[in-house]
Amino acid sequence: MLSRTADNLYWLARYVERAEYLARILDTTLRLTALPLAYVGESNEWASAVATAGCANAFFAAHGEANEETVTEFLAFSTSNPSSIRNCFESARLNARAVRTALTIEMWDTINGAWLELKKWGNGPPSREEFARFLRWVLESSLRYDGSAYRTMLRNDAYWFSRLGVYIERADNTARILDVKYHLLLPAQEQVGGPLDYFQWSSILRSVSALTAYHWVYRENVKPWLVADLLILKDEMPRSLASCYENLVQNLDCIADAYGRQGPAQRQARSVRTRIENIRIEEIFKNGLHEFIGEFIEDNNRLGTAVAQQYLM
Amino acid sequence: MFDEMRGSGGSAGAVRPAYTALADWLAAVKPDVLDFRRREAELLFRRMGITFAVYGDPEAQERLIPFDVIPRILSAAEWEILKRGLEQRVKAVNAYIKDVYHRREILKAGIVPEDLVFQNPVFRPEMNGQRVPYDIYVHVAGIDVVRTDADTFYVLEDNARTPSGVSYMLENREIMLRLFPELFSRYRIAPVENYPDELLQTLKSVAPPTASADPTVVLLTPGIYNSAYYEHSFLADKLGVELVEGRDLVVKDDVVYMRTTQGVQRIDVIYRRIDDDFLDPLVFRPDSGLGVPGLMAAYQAGSVTLANAVGTGIADDKAVYSYMPQIVKFYLGEEPLLKNVPTWRCRESEHLSYVLDHIDELVIKEVHSSGGYGMLIGPKSDKATIAAFRAKLKSNPKNFVAQPTLSLSTCPTCVEEGIAPRHIDLRPFVLTGRDRIRIVPGGLTRVALKKGSLVVNSSQGGGTKDTWVLDR
Repeated sequence: MLSRTADNLYWLARYVERAEYLARILDTTLRLTALPLAYVGESNEWASAVATAGCANAFFAAHGEANEETVTEFLAFSTSNPSSIRNCFESARLNARAVRTALTIEMWDTINGAWLELKKWGNGPPSREEFARFLRWVLESSLRYDGSAYRTMLRNDAYWFSRLGVYIERADNTARILDVKYHLLLPAQEQVGGPLDYFQWSSILRSVSALTAYHWVYRENVKPWLVADLLILKDEMPRSLASCYENLVQNLDCIADAYGRQGPAQRQARSVRTRIENIRIEEIFKNGLHEFIGEFIEDNNRLGTAVAQQYLM
Repeated sequence: MFDEMRGSGGSAGAVRPAYTALADWLAAVKPDVLDFRRREAELLFRRMGITFAVYGDPEAQERLIPFDVIPRILSAAEWEILKRGLEQRVKAVNAYIKDVYHRREILKAGIVPEDLVFQNPVFRPEMNGQRVPYDIYVHVAGIDVVRTDADTFYVLEDNARTPSGVSYMLENREIMLRLFPELFSRYRIAPVENYPDELLQTLKSVAPPTASADPTVVLLTPGIYNSAYYEHSFLADKLGVELVEGRDLVVKDDVVYMRTTQGVQRIDVIYRRIDDDFLDPLVFRPDSGLGVPGLMAAYQAGSVTLANAVGTGIADDKAVYSYMPQIVKFYLGEEPLLKNVPTWRCRESEHLSYVLDHIDELVIKEVHSSGGYGMLIGPKSDKATIAAFRAKLKSNPKNFVAQPTLSLSTCPTCVEEGIAPRHIDLRPFVLTGRDRIRIVPGGLTRVALKKGSLVVNSSQGGGTKDTWVLDR
């Protein structure tokens, strides 16, 4: 297949995944800011949302203060923020138009439909209630896209490249949440355990739709190191770094088998997975959670570069 | 005025045989049913993303071409006449282009003036003496035909470069089949859905002799901002070939390759939907980012076939058009089966003075224009517009031709006030391969939705209809 087609499919999947992640961040932030200060502390949740979305610099270059109005505008509707939900859908559709022939009708319908629907929301909904509806709609669009890709695509290189986009983006998103909130997860916080931390921790889980999963896996109250364990090391948690890398290795192997050749991308993914498989959460804390996440983000970017150089150029 | 359904008898005229079943159906169907289906059709088009862009109109980046649900019907006998005429026309066009770039007999014989060829900006000196596989230049032609009465078809334009619209022909039929199954039970209609197959066979048949038995074909598009991008992606999909942009291609040692996820792959035939000017920045416009550096060299080395060939524009401008009857006779020794609209060439002083005297009766067109832009329809223009155009005409007469206003046939069309006659034309698509000429029955019928308007171009408020060729 054309390198450009693979590139478009890869980015199409990344943008849809990113839109969903942004919607989840906004949703959890709305929940946190609805709580009395005693439960969440004095921290500025809106600033934290911008940091978790990975666009703090761009945001503060454009806005003085992070509050509900500026942050929802910037993360959801802004035309100048390349990673706003609007621009994610816009870019996703541009990529989709460029590879119409590689998409199934269902996938195109979802992306094109989402893009048409987005126009109806204009520069933002008038009320919080409407905004919550908007966020739900974003989640549904992403789920529908993912579902239609999963159900309708031929299992060939087009599918595998599209999955690579999903998992690289997802790994990046999960790592970024952990990176911004890592101080909340450090064992030193253990004795606090007050409502403040509880809501922060559960909000982390909620942003990666893992709150219910947590209870099923641990059958315990929300404890910070278990949150980290779940999001980093648990294979069965679909947004964990471990699960993302299991999938990345698998999809890269499918491509390598089909093309009869392994390369730097396969080796990079395998080495990251091996590291995650062979480390325990205690070790991660001992050597520094922050450092671990930082390295992971760099490794993940390196994989993105390797995939691009090996296949997409 | 001739109406496709009612003939020349006006609104009370007897329904022509091909239209009987349709007329019965229309008489029985409730207006709101028709209106409902019309809106349904629009929704389908919108969801399928069948859009086109209008240049210079940022608001209309992606617009729908209005689709009219009442089909235009041609009887088998009518189609037979058209088909033979189209084949003849395209054969002559190919022979003419070959001649111009090789022996130039038609110029030596004084039939077509030399300066009309050599001073034409679309003449490509790079093609002089250049052989193309099987001497085929125009693999895909879109010949615009209009009708003025029951027996008379005129060719309006021979589009020999990169004619578009065939996706609408195909999609219109799909939509009609979905929305009006009951109508299809009353008629036997020749299918059009085999067009992509015919096109692919045509393209493969003209691969360079060096290509493998199963040549690699690609469709080259300028990209998603091109007005016909939807059609490019649609066709690539139906053909099962890669839709490439210039940046996907690379030329090494005069061979064209595409960049794939498994390294580069050799290409044999390029169905290009990008103008000559933008093909290769090393030879044509150096500022073009759409093309492929080195493509012309590979083409000249014969390692790749371009469809259509480079330089076919010399056959389809409006001044050359006026010579088409002589061109047909010169190469084929036959009388033209399809009529040519009488054309005054303003480059000739006698013609110019006639045109200036009769400017308010004529349609005046720029020689190199397309899309219905830059023309004056004398009988429908006010004095000021005519005066302004007269000045333009006098300052550069060479740039214009004039034709009488034809009274184009009309076809019943759904408009705001109900069903009313609107003017139509027809663009059949003629495929020329090594083995034979293929024409899918029908083509794209365009309709001028404004009452009385003769301009059918989609960029100027035209719509489309499904075109039915009856099976017997």
